[in-house]
Amino acid sequence: MTAFLAILVRDVKLGFRQGGGAGAAIAFILSVLVLLPLALGPDQNLLQRLAPGLMWLSLLLAVLLTADRLFQQDYEDGTLDGLVGIALPLELVCLAKALAHFFTVGLPLAIAAPLLGILVNINAALIPLLMAAMVLGALALSMLAAIGGAVTAGLRRGGLLVALLILPLYVPVLVFGQSVTATEQGRASSLLVLLALALIAVAVQPIASAAALRAYLR
Amino acid sequence: MACERNGRVVFSDISFRLEAGQSAELRGVNGAGKSSLLRVVAGLVPLAGGTLTLNGESEFATQCHYAGHLDGLKPAMTVLENLQFWEDCFDGGDVDAALAAFALRDLRDVAVQILSAGQRRRLALSRLLLSHRTLWLLDEPMTALDAASQEKLYGHMKTHLAQGGMILVATHGDLGFVPHQVIAL
Amino acid sequence: MQVLANPHRFFSIANRVMPLLWVLTAMTFLVALYFAFFNSPADYQQGETVRIMYVHVPSATLALGIYLLMALASVMAIVFRHPLADMAAKAAAPLGAAFCFLALVTGALWGKPMWGTWWVWDARLTSMFVLMLLYLGYMAVWKAFDDPSRAAVLARVVALVGVINVPIVKFSVDWWNTLHQPASIIKASGPAIHSTILWPLGLMFLAFALLFLSTHLLGLKNLVREQRLRAARMKAVHAK
Repeated sequence: MTAFLAILVRDVKLGFRQGGGAGAAIAFILSVLVLLPLALGPDQNLLQRLAPGLMWLSLLLAVLLTADRLFQQDYEDGTLDGLVGIALPLELVCLAKALAHFFTVGLPLAIAAPLLGILVNINAALIPLLMAAMVLGALALSMLAAIGGAVTAGLRRGGLLVALLILPLYVPVLVFGQSVTATEQGRASSLLVLLALALIAVAVQPIASAAALRAYLR
Repeated sequence: MACERNGRVVFSDISFRLEAGQSAELRGVNGAGKSSLLRVVAGLVPLAGGTLTLNGESEFATQCHYAGHLDGLKPAMTVLENLQFWEDCFDGGDVDAALAAFALRDLRDVAVQILSAGQRRRLALSRLLLSHRTLWLLDEPMTALDAASQEKLYGHMKTHLAQGGMILVATHGDLGFVPHQVIAL
Repeated sequence: MQVLANPHRFFSIANRVMPLLWVLTAMTFLVALYFAFFNSPADYQQGETVRIMYVHVPSATLALGIYLLMALASVMAIVFRHPLADMAAKAAAPLGAAFCFLALVTGALWGKPMWGTWWVWDARLTSMFVLMLLYLGYMAVWKAFDDPSRAAVLARVVALVGVINVPIVKFSVDWWNTLHQPASIIKASGPAIHSTILWPLGLMFLAFALLFLSTHLLGLKNLVREQRLRAARMKAVHAK
């Protein structure tokens, strides 16, 4: 347990120190938000209709940009070699690292994005709901990012491959995530399905990532 | 033992036996498989043939400490933070003693990114005293170390052996003390 | 299965089966195409375009089936460490992707006269699209790594994570679809399929399955050859 927490805390710390933390994530979403009215036109009604979907896409983009580095550094600097030899199973090492990614990228975005939605005229009544949905979605997405990141840990240019691997896996999260705010009916059940998806991702990720990382130990 | 990496046979037909309190030096030219052998023993590379046991057990990755070329240190963290992280991972150990062992106390709050190569190497090696593992696997540990630090390393190696530990060390033949056996690759 | 682990055995068996498979495939296609074009009725609503179905439905079914097969082969590779299992999965991927592509294209061609548009984001089309992405990702993993044994392990992970994803995607796009689009145009499959259509469809399906088997065996043979070539080259370089 000490080792699990140590890895989690160290990765969060590194995330913030190396400029990849919450600040960068929020700055990123701000810059996406500036571009949107420019790309779609300043029509307030249109922006309001699109706002939640745009938030989900920004979340995806931010995660994609960080996913390929998730295990790469530890692989390149030899940390992974050391972590294989500790008592903590590699599966839990992977879970700790994925959770750290959630805390540095996913969670700050999930909380900030709905609030920043005001810039694109988001329906204020939807903000708490969207926030809850995005926290669950971000958790699932960090797990998917960890799977993609583990598969491409040793690739110098793994970014595109990570995107190709993660995008199809993101579809269910996106579907239920946007349906939380899209209609009145089925709101609660959409949230529950999102929770289920996040839990499935939490369960599958450690096994898949550890299996992928073991391929690099040779 | 045999080892294959990326479809290439690195070595085959290697056999050795190490008693408690003994050290062995791996010697060979570049590419002979010294590093591969250490990684195989550490459980970082699968064994392509043969058997490998420590005290009769074949799963012993948690009883080895592998110190390779890559040091696993984070440049953005201080010396102390790096050591504390590995202390937590090993679940025990005395950070202060480890710092003292390679004269790193004065550097404890310095970020690793501004350390010299030799200082980094000392920090990497100081983890040996944190992990309390039976078998040390050292891949050219003297690289970048000055004479004084090398002496310190030899001292710690001898203490480890005296306590019943075992050491496999890969060198180009410039080890500063006489090992119990030499394994030529 | 262990018999096939020896490449010589594999080749001697494969070489004997191959010609038979090709002949069988060709004959089934001849019969099935005859039925599909000349011996089945045009739909009273859809007219002659209903014949697109004879390509579309088998392709779509195979695209999904091949992915499951790929995942199964990956499991076999993990559990039994059979040397051919990884290659069977690798050889299946481009074929599955091709059938998936065929299903998407014929779907679009069928959609234009029926729905008035090439593409509708309906549940089935969307999940086929996602399946196509899964195939592309799987193939990209094989391409990305120089070391085949590393690529094999990573490809297994990707195939198995993907196969967990397939039913979840299916479930979610069905949900999404019922939420957003009235099901009027899409579920115009009409009454239960008549036997005059069912027979040619069954034959076409058989023909497609045989085509997959023959091309898969061919692909597998090529992969085994490639591996032996690589091993021989390695040996030659190492001997120097």
